Amino acid sequence: MLTFKKSKLAVLLVLVLAAAVAAGCGGPEEKNGENASGVSGTVKVAGSTSVQPLSEELVAAFEEQYSDVTVNVQGGGSSAGVEAANSGTANLGASSRELNGEEKEYGLTETVIARDGIAVVVNTENNVTDLTLEQVKKIFTGEIKNWNEVGGENKPITVIVREAGSGTRGAFEEIVLGGDAKFDANAIIQNSTGAIKKGVISDPNAVGFISLGSVDSAVKAVKVDGVEASAETVINGSYKISRPFLYLTKGEPDAATKVFIDFVLSEEGQQIVAEEFIPVK
Amino acid sequence: MDYKAKEKVYEKILLISAFISVITVVLIGGFIFTEGLPIIKKVGLIDFLLGKEWYPTKDVFGILPMIVGTFAVTFGALILGVPLGVATAIFLAEFAPPRVSKFVRPAVELLAGIPSVVYGLFGMVIVNELLMHIERTYLANILRPEYQRGYSVLSASIILAIMILPTVINISEDAIRSVPHEYKEASLALGATDWQTIYKVIIPAASSGIIAAVVLGMGRALGETMAVIMVAGNTVAIPDSIFAPVRTLTGNIAIEMGYAAGDHVKALFATGIVLFVIIMVLNTVASFLGKRGAGQS
Repeated sequence: MLTFKKSKLAVLLVLVLAAAVAAGCGGPEEKNGENASGVSGTVKVAGSTSVQPLSEELVAAFEEQYSDVTVNVQGGGSSAGVEAANSGTANLGASSRELNGEEKEYGLTETVIARDGIAVVVNTENNVTDLTLEQVKKIFTGEIKNWNEVGGENKPITVIVREAGSGTRGAFEEIVLGGDAKFDANAIIQNSTGAIKKGVISDPNAVGFISLGSVDSAVKAVKVDGVEASAETVINGSYKISRPFLYLTKGEPDAATKVFIDFVLSEEGQQIVAEEFIPVK
Repeated sequence: MDYKAKEKVYEKILLISAFISVITVVLIGGFIFTEGLPIIKKVGLIDFLLGKEWYPTKDVFGILPMIVGTFAVTFGALILGVPLGVATAIFLAEFAPPRVSKFVRPAVELLAGIPSVVYGLFGMVIVNELLMHIERTYLANILRPEYQRGYSVLSASIILAIMILPTVINISEDAIRSVPHEYKEASLALGATDWQTIYKVIIPAASSGIIAAVVLGMGRALGETMAVIMVAGNTVAIPDSIFAPVRTLTGNIAIEMGYAAGDHVKALFATGIVLFVIIMVLNTVASFLGKRGAGQS
């Protein structure tokens, strides 16, 4: 009998919890703040998970001003973002890479909202500070296997790369490796920026690539073709390994979408971009 | 409501509960197969299963390295974990004084409760770095440079061996305890020592239960994903050494699902089909072995 009572209690708890969740979901409809522009509606943003955190911050600031516009941000990856924009399942597709050949034919409008650089990082004990783009390519394709081939110590290189499908990997592959080259088949593969950094920190022979915004003092970003990886060099185009963050629209965007894009490109929006990435205006 | 009607209602609720799990298995199986089969047809079953190269962004789908990797890591875990687990079970069932088992048993329970990502972290920070140090200091001249990076079949096996310990220990211990007392008494009465009794009488009598423990442990090792991803290196190459980095089937799905699109997603579902079939075959073999073992004793 005791256990029976317990299970009743459990059922009750679950019900209370469900009710609480349901009540929480009612939130957005109840919002009725100031309406700055007379625009209302819902904007769905889907795509690159590299762009996602930025989109979310932009949305938070945007919704404070335009309370009648609700913006939903989803991940899915750059390829999914392009598909979502093309098929219309999202108002805005987010991509962290240039569109490829097939995708260019969809007739999507590209809006660059930010730029991101990809840094080549090595262990802080590594004495290599400068690599050419060609050397970076050869290291990651496995042609160069020892640090002494690029002016370092006689130590085998531990190449760490992101997993297939990752936006950072896709961008790196396109910019550094070019069309035909493939990543070293013996490379260690990790599926997050954090895991790559962890690998580089714990192995003095390691090399990896991460988004410029994630570089900190625990790892060392090398110069590429003599150019330091920094916001300035990405904007002025001298740092070679950089990528755009794109919002993609198909046809004429609706009013709510347009207002959101305008906000992102406004001074205020670009200030938010500047917190972690490189603004375009 | 009278008593009988109540009974009926409870019975129906139980029936529905039972069917929900059946329906779920059918739904999941159906879903994986419908999503994954087209790509297997497109690539060709043989090329998909025996292809040595996996480069999904260039439409190259071969999962042989992952199949080999999965088995390598799993057997490694069994080789390390089963003797340790069975030994612990024998100790707990036959030798451990209550004072000692009071410490050992909760420790084993705790081992089962640790989330796999914590095992992964432990492996990444402790096991991998230790292994890397050993590889670079003592084995530097023997191993290829690619095998001196810590990430390896060995480190994945070590972590999985620890993870399967609770399963192996608990089920083996139950099996050993359920051996009738008369067997042991008869053996001792004939003059056999404790160890002879365990080795020649108790273990053979408990063998079907111990096999079940091994198979369940194997299932756990096959399915474990997070911890393995963190320590194995995930390189798509057939491992030819215990120091080689490796990717498993589950790891393949988990690592790449986040950003995959198009055929790549389908290929990951197809990876799921292969995993599904492997586990079904394993379960069938397990229940067959279990039955045969039970029949003998």
